[in-house]
Amino acid sequence: MESVARSQSAGPGASASNDTTLIYRQSRWTRLTHWLWAISLFFMLLSGLQIFNARPQLYIGKQSGFDYNNTILAIGAENTNAGLRGYTEIFGHRFDTTGVLGWSGPAGQETSRAFPSWATIPSYYDLGTARVIHFFFAWILTTTLIVWLVASTVNGHLRRDLAPRLDDLKRLPQDIIDHAKLKFHHTREYNTLQKMAYGGVLFVLLPLMIITGLAMSPSMNSVLPFLNDLLGGRQTARTIHFTVMVLLVAFFVVHILMILAAGPINELRSIITGWYRTDPPAQDDKPVERSA
Amino acid sequence: MAKFEISRRKFLTGASLGASGIMLSGCDAFDSQLSIGSGLRSFLENANGLTYRAQRLLAGRDTLAPEFTEADIRQPQRPNGVTAPDDDIYKGLLANNFADWRLEVTGLVEKPLSLSREQLQNMPSRTQITRHDCVEGWSCIAKWTGTPLSLVLDQAVVKPQARYVMFHCLDTIDRSLSGDIKYYGTIDLIDARHPQTILAYGLNGKPLPVENGAPLRVRVERQLGYKMPKYLYKIELVDGFATVGGGRGGYWEDNGYDWYGGI
Repeated sequence: MESVARSQSAGPGASASNDTTLIYRQSRWTRLTHWLWAISLFFMLLSGLQIFNARPQLYIGKQSGFDYNNTILAIGAENTNAGLRGYTEIFGHRFDTTGVLGWSGPAGQETSRAFPSWATIPSYYDLGTARVIHFFFAWILTTTLIVWLVASTVNGHLRRDLAPRLDDLKRLPQDIIDHAKLKFHHTREYNTLQKMAYGGVLFVLLPLMIITGLAMSPSMNSVLPFLNDLLGGRQTARTIHFTVMVLLVAFFVVHILMILAAGPINELRSIITGWYRTDPPAQDDKPVERSA
Repeated sequence: MAKFEISRRKFLTGASLGASGIMLSGCDAFDSQLSIGSGLRSFLENANGLTYRAQRLLAGRDTLAPEFTEADIRQPQRPNGVTAPDDDIYKGLLANNFADWRLEVTGLVEKPLSLSREQLQNMPSRTQITRHDCVEGWSCIAKWTGTPLSLVLDQAVVKPQARYVMFHCLDTIDRSLSGDIKYYGTIDLIDARHPQTILAYGLNGKPLPVENGAPLRVRVERQLGYKMPKYLYKIELVDGFATVGGGRGGYWEDNGYDWYGGI
Protein backbone atom coordinates (compact mmCIF):
# COMPACT_ATOMS: atom_id res chain seq x y z
CA MET A 1 0.00 0.00 0.00
CA GLU A 2 2.88 2.36 -0.68
CA SER A 3 2.18 5.12 -3.09
CA VAL A 4 5.10 6.95 -4.53
CA ALA A 5 5.01 9.78 -6.97
CA ARG A 6 8.07 11.19 -8.56
CA SER A 7 8.05 14.60 -10.03
CA GLN A 8 10.48 16.85 -11.70
CA SER A 9 10.32 19.97 -9.68
CA ALA A 10 12.16 22.00 -12.24
CA GLY A 11 11.81 22.11 -16.01
CA PRO A 12 13.61 19.94 -18.50
CA GLY A 13 17.27 19.81 -17.99
CA ALA A 14 17.08 20.04 -14.19
CA SER A 15 19.72 18.07 -12.46
CA ALA A 16 18.88 14.85 -10.68
CA SER A 17 19.40 16.50 -7.30
CA ASN A 18 16.19 18.48 -7.86
CA ASP A 19 14.22 15.26 -8.01
CA THR A 20 11.64 15.21 -5.28
CA THR A 21 9.58 12.30 -4.16
CA LEU A 22 6.10 12.50 -2.73
CA ILE A 23 5.15 9.47 -0.71
CA TYR A 24 1.88 8.62 0.98
CA ARG A 25 3.11 8.61 4.55
CA GLN A 26 0.14 9.04 6.93
CA SER A 27 -3.02 6.97 6.58
CA ARG A 28 -6.40 8.62 6.98
CA TRP A 29 -6.76 7.01 10.41
CA THR A 30 -3.50 8.53 11.61
CA ARG A 31 -4.48 11.95 10.27
CA LEU A 32 -8.03 11.89 11.63
CA THR A 33 -6.99 10.72 15.11
CA HIS A 34 -4.10 13.21 15.19
CA TRP A 35 -6.46 16.15 14.76
CA LEU A 36 -9.07 14.77 17.15
CA TRP A 37 -6.34 14.52 19.78
CA ALA A 38 -5.12 18.02 18.98
CA ILE A 39 -8.60 19.46 19.52
CA SER A 40 -9.38 17.35 22.61
CA LEU A 41 -6.06 18.07 24.29
CA PHE A 42 -6.43 21.79 23.66
CA PHE A 43 -9.80 21.89 25.41
CA MET A 44 -8.80 19.42 28.12
CA LEU A 45 -5.73 21.47 28.98
CA LEU A 46 -7.55 24.80 29.30
CA SER A 47 -10.56 23.33 31.14
CA GLY A 48 -8.19 21.28 33.30
CA LEU A 49 -6.29 24.38 34.39
CA GLN A 50 -9.66 25.93 35.31
CA ILE A 51 -10.49 22.83 37.40
CA PHE A 52 -7.06 23.03 39.05
CA ASN A 53 -7.75 26.67 39.96
CA ALA A 54 -10.54 25.49 42.27
CA ARG A 55 -7.88 23.89 44.48
CA PRO A 56 -4.47 25.13 43.37
CA GLN A 57 -2.52 22.70 45.54
CA LEU A 58 -1.07 19.27 44.86
CA TYR A 59 -0.60 16.65 47.57
CA ILE A 60 1.01 13.24 48.00
CA GLY A 61 -1.08 10.49 49.59
CA LYS A 62 -4.67 9.39 50.10
CA GLN A 63 -5.96 12.76 51.27
CA SER A 64 -5.13 16.45 51.40
CA GLY A 65 -3.23 17.53 54.49
CA PHE A 66 -4.99 20.35 56.30
CA ASP A 67 -3.62 19.61 59.77
CA TYR A 68 -0.37 18.17 58.43
CA ASN A 69 1.76 18.97 55.44
CA ASN A 70 1.79 16.75 52.36
CA THR A 71 1.58 19.63 49.89
CA ILE A 72 4.21 19.58 47.14
CA LEU A 73 2.90 22.42 45.03
CA ALA A 74 0.84 25.47 45.90
CA ILE A 75 -0.06 28.50 43.83
CA GLY A 76 -1.58 31.52 45.52
CA ALA A 77 -1.50 35.21 46.33
CA GLU A 78 -0.05 36.84 49.44
CA ASN A 79 0.13 40.29 50.92
CA THR A 80 3.62 41.75 50.87
CA ASN A 81 5.13 45.20 51.44
CA ALA A 82 4.92 45.65 47.68
CA GLY A 83 1.17 44.86 47.68
CA LEU A 84 -0.42 41.60 46.60
CA ARG A 85 1.97 39.24 44.85
CA GLY A 86 1.45 35.86 43.22
CA TYR A 87 3.61 32.98 44.35
CA THR A 88 4.28 29.41 43.36
CA GLU A 89 5.73 27.04 45.92
CA ILE A 90 7.26 23.75 44.76
CA PHE A 91 8.68 21.34 47.33
CA GLY A 92 9.00 24.18 49.81
CA HIS A 93 10.76 26.56 47.40
CA ARG A 94 8.80 29.74 46.86
CA PHE A 95 8.95 31.79 43.67
CA ASP A 96 7.37 35.13 42.86
CA THR A 97 5.16 34.49 39.84
CA THR A 98 3.10 37.70 39.87
CA GLY A 99 1.42 38.35 36.54
CA VAL A 100 1.19 34.71 35.53
CA LEU A 101 0.60 32.38 38.47
CA GLY A 102 -1.31 33.34 41.61
CA TRP A 103 -2.05 36.99 40.88
CA SER A 104 -2.77 38.11 37.33
CA GLY A 105 -5.02 40.15 35.06
CA PRO A 106 -5.09 43.49 33.27
CA ALA A 107 -3.19 46.25 35.10
CA GLY A 108 -5.30 47.51 37.99
CA GLN A 109 -7.76 44.63 37.67
CA GLU A 110 -5.59 41.75 38.80
CA THR A 111 -7.32 38.93 40.63
CA SER A 112 -6.22 36.06 42.79
CA ARG A 113 -6.23 33.01 40.53
CA ALA A 114 -3.71 30.22 40.07
CA PHE A 115 -3.59 30.03 36.27
CA PRO A 116 -4.31 33.29 34.43
CA SER A 117 -7.55 33.82 32.54
CA TRP A 118 -5.89 33.50 29.12
CA ALA A 119 -4.97 29.92 30.03
CA THR A 120 -8.41 28.73 31.15
CA ILE A 121 -11.81 27.97 29.67
CA PRO A 122 -14.03 29.73 30.62
CA SER A 123 -11.77 32.74 31.13
CA TYR A 124 -13.62 33.61 34.37
CA TYR A 125 -13.81 31.24 37.35
CA ASP A 126 -16.37 28.52 36.59
CA LEU A 127 -15.58 25.05 37.87
CA GLY A 128 -18.90 23.48 36.78
CA THR A 129 -18.55 24.53 33.14
CA ALA A 130 -14.90 23.48 33.01
CA ARG A 131 -15.93 20.01 34.21
CA VAL A 132 -18.58 19.75 31.47
CA ILE A 133 -15.95 20.58 28.82
CA HIS A 134 -13.27 18.39 30.40
CA PHE A 135 -15.40 15.26 30.56
CA PHE A 136 -16.86 15.77 27.09
CA PHE A 137 -13.39 15.81 25.56
CA ALA A 138 -12.24 13.02 27.86
CA TRP A 139 -14.71 10.77 26.04
CA ILE A 140 -13.49 12.02 22.64
CA LEU A 141 -9.84 11.57 23.59
CA THR A 142 -10.29 8.08 24.97
CA THR A 143 -12.46 6.91 22.08
CA THR A 144 -9.91 8.31 19.63
CA LEU A 145 -7.10 6.47 21.36
CA ILE A 146 -8.97 3.18 21.10
CA VAL A 147 -9.89 3.79 17.44
CA TRP A 148 -6.27 4.66 16.65
CA LEU A 149 -4.96 1.59 18.43
CA VAL A 150 -7.28 -0.73 16.49
CA ALA A 151 -6.71 1.00 13.14
CA SER A 152 -2.95 1.15 13.60
CA THR A 153 -2.79 -2.52 14.47
CA VAL A 154 -4.85 -3.44 11.43
CA ASN A 155 -3.14 -1.16 8.90
CA GLY A 156 0.36 -1.93 10.14
CA HIS A 157 1.23 1.59 11.33
CA LEU A 158 2.22 0.25 14.74
CA ARG A 159 4.44 -2.53 13.45
CA ARG A 160 5.92 -0.61 10.54
CA ASP A 161 6.44 2.85 12.01
CA LEU A 162 6.39 2.78 15.80
CA ALA A 163 7.71 -0.59 16.94
CA PRO A 164 11.24 -0.12 18.28
CA ARG A 165 14.02 -2.02 16.53
CA LEU A 166 17.61 -2.74 17.45
CA ASP A 167 18.68 -0.41 14.66
CA ASP A 168 16.90 2.47 16.41
CA LEU A 169 19.19 2.10 19.38
CA LYS A 170 22.29 2.18 17.19
CA ARG A 171 21.06 5.30 15.44
CA LEU A 172 20.14 7.12 18.63
CA PRO A 173 23.44 9.01 19.24
CA GLN A 174 23.61 10.32 15.67
CA ASP A 175 19.91 11.14 15.88
CA ILE A 176 20.43 13.30 18.93
CA ILE A 177 23.32 15.12 17.23
CA ASP A 178 21.24 15.72 14.10
CA HIS A 179 18.32 17.10 16.11
CA ALA A 180 20.60 19.37 18.10
CA LYS A 181 21.96 20.77 14.82
CA LEU A 182 18.38 21.13 13.47
CA LYS A 183 19.44 18.85 10.61
CA PHE A 184 16.55 16.69 9.55
CA HIS A 185 16.32 13.73 7.23
CA HIS A 186 13.00 13.52 5.44
CA THR A 187 12.31 9.85 5.03
CA ARG A 188 9.32 7.59 5.16
CA GLU A 189 10.42 6.18 8.52
CA TYR A 190 10.30 7.92 11.86
CA ASN A 191 13.69 8.47 13.44
CA THR A 192 14.49 7.09 16.89
CA LEU A 193 13.62 10.24 18.82
CA GLN A 194 10.33 10.50 16.97
CA LYS A 195 9.45 6.92 17.82
CA MET A 196 10.29 7.57 21.47
CA ALA A 197 8.26 10.78 21.59
CA TYR A 198 5.17 9.47 19.81
CA GLY A 199 5.32 6.09 21.54
CA GLY A 200 5.80 7.79 24.89
CA VAL A 201 2.75 9.98 24.40
CA LEU A 202 0.47 7.29 23.00
CA PHE A 203 1.48 4.34 25.15
CA VAL A 204 2.57 5.99 28.39
CA LEU A 205 1.31 9.55 28.88
CA LEU A 206 -2.21 9.31 27.47
CA PRO A 207 -3.03 5.97 29.16
CA LEU A 208 -1.59 7.31 32.42
CA MET A 209 -3.73 10.43 32.02
CA ILE A 210 -6.86 8.32 31.56
CA ILE A 211 -6.01 6.00 34.46
CA THR A 212 -5.26 8.82 36.91
CA GLY A 213 -8.40 10.62 35.72
CA LEU A 214 -10.51 7.55 36.47
CA ALA A 215 -8.74 7.13 39.82
CA MET A 216 -10.09 10.52 40.90
CA SER A 217 -13.70 9.45 40.28
CA PRO A 218 -15.34 8.25 43.51
CA SER A 219 -17.67 6.01 41.54
CA MET A 220 -14.81 4.39 39.63
CA ASN A 221 -13.05 3.84 42.97
CA SER A 222 -15.86 1.44 43.86
CA VAL A 223 -15.32 -0.46 40.58
CA LEU A 224 -11.49 -0.41 40.61
CA PRO A 225 -10.57 0.00 44.29
CA PHE A 226 -6.99 -1.19 43.67
CA LEU A 227 -6.27 1.70 41.30
CA ASN A 228 -5.56 4.30 43.98
CA ASP A 229 -3.60 1.76 46.03
CA LEU A 230 -1.34 1.22 43.01
CA LEU A 231 -0.98 4.93 42.34
CA GLY A 232 -0.38 5.87 45.98
CA GLY A 233 -3.73 7.36 46.87
CA ARG A 234 -6.25 9.67 45.24
CA GLN A 235 -4.27 12.84 45.88
CA THR A 236 -1.13 11.27 44.42
CA ALA A 237 -3.21 10.27 41.39
CA ARG A 238 -4.26 13.91 41.05
CA THR A 239 -0.62 15.01 41.29
CA ILE A 240 0.39 12.49 38.60
CA HIS A 241 -2.49 13.72 36.43
CA PHE A 242 -1.10 17.26 36.69
CA THR A 243 2.48 16.15 36.09
CA VAL A 244 1.51 14.26 32.95
CA MET A 245 -0.22 17.44 31.77
CA VAL A 246 3.08 19.30 32.14
CA LEU A 247 4.85 16.57 30.16
CA LEU A 248 2.22 16.70 27.41
CA VAL A 249 2.61 20.47 27.17
CA ALA A 250 6.38 19.98 26.94
CA PHE A 251 5.84 17.43 24.18
CA PHE A 252 3.56 19.88 22.36
CA VAL A 253 6.13 22.68 22.50
CA VAL A 254 8.94 20.45 21.19
CA HIS A 255 6.59 18.95 18.58
CA ILE A 256 5.77 22.41 17.19
CA LEU A 257 9.41 23.53 17.27
CA MET A 258 10.49 20.41 15.39
CA ILE A 259 7.80 20.94 12.76
CA LEU A 260 8.88 24.54 12.27
CA ALA A 261 12.49 23.47 12.01
CA ALA A 262 11.92 20.48 9.74
CA GLY A 263 9.79 22.36 7.24
CA PRO A 264 6.27 23.26 8.36
CA ILE A 265 4.65 23.09 4.90
CA ASN A 266 5.84 19.58 4.19
CA GLU A 267 5.09 18.35 7.71
CA LEU A 268 1.62 19.90 7.72
CA ARG A 269 0.83 18.51 4.28
CA SER A 270 1.62 15.01 5.44
CA ILE A 271 -0.65 15.23 8.51
CA ILE A 272 -3.46 16.83 6.47
CA THR A 273 -3.28 15.07 3.09
CA GLY A 274 -1.00 12.18 3.94
CA TRP A 275 1.56 13.10 1.26
CA TYR A 276 5.11 13.82 2.31
CA ARG A 277 8.05 15.02 0.28
CA THR A 278 11.14 12.99 1.05
CA ASP A 279 14.71 14.05 0.58
CA PRO A 280 16.02 13.59 -2.95
CA PRO A 281 18.45 10.72 -3.28
CA ALA A 282 21.87 11.90 -2.30
CA GLN A 283 24.37 12.44 -5.14
CA ASP A 284 27.08 10.45 -3.49
CA ASP A 285 25.05 7.54 -2.21
CA LYS A 286 27.12 5.03 -4.16
CA PRO A 287 29.14 2.81 -1.85
CA VAL A 288 32.50 4.38 -1.35
CA GLU A 289 35.54 2.31 -0.95
CA ARG A 290 37.39 3.40 2.08
CA SER A 291 40.89 2.44 2.82
CA ALA A 292 41.64 1.42 6.31
CA MET B 1 18.80 19.35 0.34
CA ALA B 2 19.02 23.06 0.97
CA LYS B 3 15.32 23.20 0.34
CA PHE B 4 14.54 21.69 3.75
CA GLU B 5 17.09 23.44 5.82
CA ILE B 6 16.17 26.59 7.61
CA SER B 7 18.37 29.10 9.25
CA ARG B 8 18.44 29.52 12.98
CA ARG B 9 17.09 33.06 12.64
CA LYS B 10 14.11 31.88 10.60
CA PHE B 11 13.58 29.07 13.05
CA LEU B 12 13.51 31.33 16.08
CA THR B 13 11.26 33.86 14.36
CA GLY B 14 8.81 31.16 13.42
CA ALA B 15 8.95 29.63 16.87
CA SER B 16 8.20 32.88 18.67
CA LEU B 17 5.39 33.69 16.25
CA GLY B 18 3.89 30.29 16.93
CA ALA B 19 4.22 30.73 20.67
CA SER B 20 2.55 34.12 20.70
CA GLY B 21 -0.30 32.74 18.62
CA ILE B 22 -0.90 30.13 21.29
CA MET B 23 -0.87 32.76 24.02
CA LEU B 24 -3.44 34.89 22.20
CA SER B 25 -5.75 31.98 21.55
CA GLY B 26 -6.78 31.58 25.17
CA CYS B 27 -9.63 31.86 25.84
CA ASP B 28 -12.62 34.08 26.31
CA ALA B 29 -13.78 33.24 22.79
CA PHE B 30 -16.00 30.49 24.18
CA ASP B 31 -17.33 32.26 27.26
CA SER B 32 -20.62 33.43 25.73
CA GLN B 33 -21.49 29.95 24.44
CA LEU B 34 -21.18 28.25 27.79
CA SER B 35 -23.97 29.61 29.99
CA ILE B 36 -26.56 27.18 31.30
CA GLY B 37 -29.20 26.47 28.66
CA SER B 38 -27.13 27.56 25.66
CA GLY B 39 -27.03 25.15 22.74
CA LEU B 40 -23.32 24.38 22.84
CA ARG B 41 -23.31 23.76 26.56
CA SER B 42 -26.37 21.51 26.38
CA PHE B 43 -24.65 19.52 23.66
CA LEU B 44 -21.48 19.12 25.72
CA GLU B 45 -23.58 18.08 28.74
CA ASN B 46 -24.68 14.99 26.83
CA ALA B 47 -21.34 13.54 27.90
CA ASN B 48 -22.53 13.71 31.53
CA GLY B 49 -25.42 11.41 30.68
CA LEU B 50 -22.98 9.04 29.01
CA THR B 51 -20.73 9.09 32.08
CA TYR B 52 -23.70 8.41 34.35
CA ARG B 53 -24.89 5.43 32.31
CA ALA B 54 -21.38 4.04 31.86
CA GLN B 55 -20.57 4.27 35.57
CA ARG B 56 -23.94 2.82 36.60
CA LEU B 57 -23.28 -0.08 34.23
CA LEU B 58 -19.80 -0.68 35.66
CA ALA B 59 -20.49 0.03 39.31
CA GLY B 60 -23.95 -1.51 39.54
CA ARG B 61 -26.01 -1.05 42.66
CA ASP B 62 -23.83 -2.35 45.41
CA THR B 63 -20.10 -1.96 44.71
CA LEU B 64 -18.67 -0.28 47.78
CA ALA B 65 -16.56 2.84 48.02
CA PRO B 66 -13.14 2.06 49.53
CA GLU B 67 -13.12 2.08 53.33
CA PHE B 68 -10.07 3.00 55.36
CA THR B 69 -8.61 2.32 58.82
CA GLU B 70 -8.47 4.39 62.00
CA ALA B 71 -4.83 5.13 61.17
CA ASP B 72 -5.98 6.99 58.06
CA ILE B 73 -7.94 9.50 60.15
CA ARG B 74 -5.21 12.11 60.46
CA GLN B 75 -7.18 15.33 60.88
CA PRO B 76 -10.66 16.67 61.61
CA GLN B 77 -13.10 16.47 58.70
CA ARG B 78 -12.58 19.57 56.58
CA PRO B 79 -15.79 21.66 56.65
CA ASN B 80 -16.83 23.40 53.43
CA GLY B 81 -19.72 25.50 52.08
CA VAL B 82 -21.99 26.81 54.83
CA THR B 83 -20.35 26.04 58.19
CA ALA B 84 -22.55 28.07 60.55
CA PRO B 85 -26.13 28.56 59.31
CA ASP B 86 -27.44 32.03 60.07
CA ASP B 87 -31.09 30.97 59.81
CA ASP B 88 -33.31 31.75 62.82
CA ILE B 89 -35.02 28.37 62.67
CA TYR B 90 -31.68 26.59 62.68
CA LYS B 91 -30.27 28.72 65.48
CA GLY B 92 -33.40 28.06 67.55
CA LEU B 93 -33.05 24.32 67.08
CA LEU B 94 -29.34 24.45 67.88
CA ALA B 95 -29.97 26.43 71.08
CA ASN B 96 -32.12 23.55 72.28
CA ASN B 97 -29.53 20.97 71.17
CA PHE B 98 -31.93 19.82 68.41
CA ALA B 99 -34.47 18.41 70.89
CA ASP B 100 -37.25 19.93 68.75
CA TRP B 101 -35.70 18.93 65.45
CA ARG B 102 -37.49 16.30 63.34
CA LEU B 103 -36.66 14.56 60.10
CA GLU B 104 -39.74 14.62 57.88
CA VAL B 105 -40.10 11.90 55.24
CA THR B 106 -42.75 12.99 52.76
CA GLY B 107 -43.77 12.92 49.11
CA LEU B 108 -44.34 9.67 47.27
CA VAL B 109 -44.46 7.42 50.35
CA GLU B 110 -47.23 5.33 51.83
CA LYS B 111 -46.44 6.33 55.43
CA PRO B 112 -45.01 9.82 55.92
CA LEU B 113 -42.62 9.92 58.88
CA SER B 114 -41.50 12.46 61.42
CA LEU B 115 -38.46 11.13 63.24
CA SER B 116 -36.64 12.62 66.22
CA ARG B 117 -32.88 12.31 66.59
CA GLU B 118 -33.39 9.62 69.27
CA GLN B 119 -35.66 7.61 66.98
CA LEU B 120 -33.06 7.72 64.20
CA GLN B 121 -30.26 6.78 66.57
CA ASN B 122 -32.27 3.86 67.91
CA MET B 123 -32.45 2.34 64.44
CA PRO B 124 -29.64 0.02 63.27
CA SER B 125 -26.58 2.07 62.41
CA ARG B 126 -23.61 1.80 60.11
CA THR B 127 -20.13 3.18 60.78
CA GLN B 128 -17.69 3.64 57.90
CA ILE B 129 -14.29 5.27 57.45
CA THR B 130 -14.43 6.84 54.02
CA ARG B 131 -12.74 9.48 51.92
CA HIS B 132 -14.69 12.64 51.24
CA ASP B 133 -13.83 13.98 47.78
CA CYS B 134 -14.71 17.58 47.12
CA VAL B 135 -15.48 18.70 43.57
CA GLU B 136 -12.74 21.30 44.05
CA GLY B 137 -10.15 18.55 44.18
CA TRP B 138 -9.29 17.92 47.82
CA SER B 139 -9.93 14.76 49.88
CA CYS B 140 -10.33 14.09 53.59
CA ILE B 141 -10.77 10.77 55.40
CA ALA B 142 -13.17 10.53 58.36
CA LYS B 143 -15.35 8.06 60.25
CA TRP B 144 -19.08 8.51 59.78
CA THR B 145 -21.89 6.94 61.81
CA GLY B 146 -25.52 7.04 60.81
CA THR B 147 -28.75 5.34 59.88
CA PRO B 148 -28.82 3.62 56.48
CA LEU B 149 -31.17 5.64 54.30
CA SER B 150 -32.64 2.41 52.92
CA LEU B 151 -34.04 1.57 56.38
CA VAL B 152 -35.79 4.93 56.58
CA LEU B 153 -37.17 4.49 53.06
CA ASP B 154 -38.44 1.00 53.91
CA GLN B 155 -40.17 2.33 57.00
CA ALA B 156 -41.89 5.03 54.94
CA VAL B 157 -42.71 2.55 52.12
CA VAL B 158 -41.71 4.24 48.86
CA LYS B 159 -44.41 4.37 46.18
CA PRO B 160 -43.49 2.72 42.87
CA GLN B 161 -43.62 5.95 40.88
CA ALA B 162 -40.92 7.59 43.04
CA ARG B 163 -37.61 8.03 41.20
CA TYR B 164 -35.52 10.40 43.30
CA VAL B 165 -34.90 11.34 46.88
CA MET B 166 -34.87 15.10 47.44
CA PHE B 167 -33.02 16.44 50.48
CA HIS B 168 -34.22 19.72 51.99
CA CYS B 169 -31.84 21.61 54.26
CA LEU B 170 -32.08 24.30 56.91
CA ASP B 171 -29.16 26.43 55.74
CA THR B 172 -29.44 29.42 53.43
CA ILE B 173 -26.74 29.00 50.79
CA ASP B 174 -27.65 31.95 48.57
CA ARG B 175 -29.99 34.89 48.25
CA SER B 176 -31.95 35.73 45.13
CA LEU B 177 -34.58 38.31 44.15
CA SER B 178 -37.29 35.82 45.08
CA GLY B 179 -35.85 35.26 48.53
CA ASP B 180 -33.41 33.06 50.38
CA ILE B 181 -32.29 29.85 48.70
CA LYS B 182 -31.92 26.90 51.04
CA TYR B 183 -29.55 24.12 50.08
CA TYR B 184 -31.26 21.18 48.42
CA GLY B 185 -30.21 18.19 46.35
CA THR B 186 -31.36 14.94 44.79
CA ILE B 187 -30.02 11.44 44.27
CA ASP B 188 -31.61 8.52 42.46
CA LEU B 189 -33.01 5.50 44.30
CA ILE B 190 -29.99 3.36 43.39
CA ASP B 191 -27.72 5.64 45.39
CA ALA B 192 -30.41 6.16 48.04
CA ARG B 193 -30.53 2.41 48.67
CA HIS B 194 -26.77 1.88 48.43
CA PRO B 195 -25.44 0.11 51.57
CA GLN B 196 -23.05 2.99 52.36
CA THR B 197 -25.64 5.73 51.95
CA ILE B 198 -26.34 6.83 55.51
CA LEU B 199 -27.96 9.71 57.33
CA ALA B 200 -24.96 10.59 59.48
CA TYR B 201 -25.26 11.95 63.02
CA GLY B 202 -21.78 10.96 64.19
CA LEU B 203 -18.32 12.02 63.00
CA ASN B 204 -15.05 10.46 64.21
CA GLY B 205 -16.82 8.94 67.24
CA LYS B 206 -18.49 12.18 68.36
CA PRO B 207 -21.82 13.86 67.61
CA LEU B 208 -21.77 15.56 64.21
CA PRO B 209 -20.47 19.14 64.69
CA VAL B 210 -22.32 22.17 63.33
CA GLU B 211 -19.69 22.93 60.67
CA ASN B 212 -20.10 19.42 59.25
CA GLY B 213 -23.92 19.53 59.13
CA ALA B 214 -25.48 18.90 62.59
CA PRO B 215 -27.81 17.39 63.42
CA LEU B 216 -27.95 15.23 60.28
CA ARG B 217 -26.21 15.06 56.91
CA VAL B 218 -26.17 12.62 54.04
CA ARG B 219 -23.24 10.44 53.03
CA VAL B 220 -23.31 9.24 49.40
CA GLU B 221 -19.91 7.63 49.21
CA ARG B 222 -19.71 7.00 45.47
CA GLN B 223 -20.23 10.66 44.64
CA LEU B 224 -18.60 14.02 45.34
CA GLY B 225 -19.22 16.19 48.39
CA TYR B 226 -21.80 18.51 46.85
CA LYS B 227 -24.16 15.50 46.57
CA MET B 228 -24.17 15.09 50.39
CA PRO B 229 -26.34 17.86 51.86
CA LYS B 230 -25.88 19.01 55.46
CA TYR B 231 -28.41 20.43 58.00
CA LEU B 232 -31.07 18.03 56.76
CA TYR B 233 -34.71 18.36 57.92
CA LYS B 234 -36.83 16.85 55.16
CA ILE B 235 -36.59 13.94 52.76
CA GLU B 236 -39.07 14.05 49.92
CA LEU B 237 -39.65 11.22 47.47
CA VAL B 238 -40.31 12.68 44.01
CA ASP B 239 -40.77 11.45 40.45
CA GLY B 240 -38.81 14.39 39.01
CA PHE B 241 -37.28 17.72 39.93
CA ALA B 242 -38.00 19.93 36.92
CA THR B 243 -40.25 22.28 38.90
CA VAL B 244 -37.94 22.75 41.89
CA GLY B 245 -35.39 25.57 41.96
CA GLY B 246 -33.67 25.86 38.61
CA GLY B 247 -34.95 22.43 37.63
CA ARG B 248 -31.55 20.75 37.53
CA GLY B 249 -31.89 18.77 40.77
CA GLY B 250 -29.95 20.73 43.34
CA TYR B 251 -28.50 24.05 44.41
CA TRP B 252 -25.09 23.47 42.84
CA GLU B 253 -26.63 21.77 39.83
CA ASP B 254 -28.71 24.90 39.24
CA ASN B 255 -25.39 26.75 39.23
CA GLY B 256 -23.76 24.54 36.63
CA TYR B 257 -22.51 21.39 38.35
CA ASP B 258 -23.50 18.04 36.86
CA TRP B 259 -26.42 16.32 38.53
CA TYR B 260 -24.35 13.15 38.57
CA GLY B 261 -21.38 13.64 40.88
CA GLY B 262 -19.70 10.25 40.50
CA ILE B 263 -16.74 11.73 38.63
